[in-house]
Amino acid sequence: MSSAQESGGALLSFEDVWVEYGDKVVLERVNLDIAEGSFVSVVGPSGSGKSTFLRLILGQEGPTKGRILLDGTPLTAECHPDRGVVFQRYSVFPHLTALRNVAFGLECDASPLLGKLFGGRGRAARDKAAEMLAAVGLEHNLDVYPAQMSGGMQQRLAIAQALIKHPRVLLLDEPFGALDPGIRNDMHTLVTRLWREHGLTIVMVTHDIKEAFKLGTRVLAFDKRRVDPHAPHRYGATAVYDMPVTRKPTVLESAA
Amino acid sequence: MRVVNIKPRRGVSTLIGAIPILAILILYAIYASARAEANPNDKVLPTFTAMAQAVQQFATQEDPRTGQITALSDTMASLWRLGIGVAIATFSTLVIGLALGVVPLIRSAFGPVVAIIAVIPPIAVLPILFIAMGLGEASKIALIAVGIAPFMIRDLAAHVAGLPVEQFIKAQTLGANSWQLTLRVALPQALPRLIDSLRLSMGPAWVFLISAEAIAADVGLGYRIFLVRRYLAMDIILPYVAWISLLAIATDALLLLVSRKAFPWAHGAGH
Repeated sequence: MSSAQESGGALLSFEDVWVEYGDKVVLERVNLDIAEGSFVSVVGPSGSGKSTFLRLILGQEGPTKGRILLDGTPLTAECHPDRGVVFQRYSVFPHLTALRNVAFGLECDASPLLGKLFGGRGRAARDKAAEMLAAVGLEHNLDVYPAQMSGGMQQRLAIAQALIKHPRVLLLDEPFGALDPGIRNDMHTLVTRLWREHGLTIVMVTHDIKEAFKLGTRVLAFDKRRVDPHAPHRYGATAVYDMPVTRKPTVLESAA
Repeated sequence: MRVVNIKPRRGVSTLIGAIPILAILILYAIYASARAEANPNDKVLPTFTAMAQAVQQFATQEDPRTGQITALSDTMASLWRLGIGVAIATFSTLVIGLALGVVPLIRSAFGPVVAIIAVIPPIAVLPILFIAMGLGEASKIALIAVGIAPFMIRDLAAHVAGLPVEQFIKAQTLGANSWQLTLRVALPQALPRLIDSLRLSMGPAWVFLISAEAIAADVGLGYRIFLVRRYLAMDIILPYVAWISLLAIATDALLLLVSRKAFPWAHGAGH
């Protein structure tokens, strides 16, 4: 369970985290630190708890035992704007145009009662949203509904929507799994650029090992360390491999 | 070629769609004129001419007793009852259905009650409504509202609860609280579904309206049909039935139009 980056000022720390559903153990003894600015890829077979790991950081569920610290403060089992997320699907609101999808995050803060801004403040929020959309290459699709967009464009929108809140951690749950190889390459370039420009900390769950090593500065492989053939559900998975990766900038620059 | 693979073109489709309708009308005309020839006073299958005369009298001439045009006052009375009843049902569906769909705690508390109420046949509670509210307008409006609301509430609650959980999670990571989630994520996506279930509920709503009017009323489309039934006045009943169908079709078209205009994203906008 040696952590690759045992730096003092970890952004996220897992301290002996267990997740159990009834008598089924999903994750056991997860101890690791994630440094600020790192790009952590999480891989593992189906059912290895990598999505559970992501949901723990997200706050969609809480650990059964142990605790998770963000900036030294224990996380509660609830989502919060300091952790942004992009899912494989359904990340954007189908009833809002691209611009309003991104402005949503600004409006919730500023207007507790209606969740909507009008007049000058509304325009300011939409200008900011338009800037963010330009950063992900959607500057020509401000007034388009998600259903009119391709899968890649929808994921770009989902990323812009998350980044408008300047999250401490950006969580990606198989974000490019449903995309064509060519589009996926473009998305890799985009995510890398945003990661560098915004100084993001990213945790990405993926099925694609090549993608994990291409994008990540660190790859975590989740799996069960031990298996009881008579009761396979009694042992949980944990990070069995924890590898630092030196990113080769040329790989991505050539893809761009 | 297999029959299932034969797809008529648009023009052909309209044409073959019209054939059964025309056939029914022509068949009716043939039978009606045959019966009229055998017995000029036949009431069961009135000819189109006889119906036109009856309609002309009902739709243009004032009734000497009430001083009103019968068809017009019947229509206004029925549409008013239907409109108020449906409006009450729709509004309560929006509030209750959203609450049930968005808040698990409310769903646990009130889901079972709504499910039980939904299986009660509304006509069976009509006597209760008459006893509690009298024979006036209130009981008729209540029957329509009570009749269609439980179905609509359950449909809307299920739809909202079935929205992808990712959307609710995402909204929370964007800083939305429970109220903003309801208002900005659930409500807008509930509205087109509400119109859909309203369109489906209009049929039952008409059934409840006509039932209530048949039992206790002094004006209304349902009342008139059941009144003239005593005189075997098919020349009134058939045009009234046609008129009710026309109103139903128009309402449905109007609701669809509203949904398309107001929620283009729900109708595959701009593909």
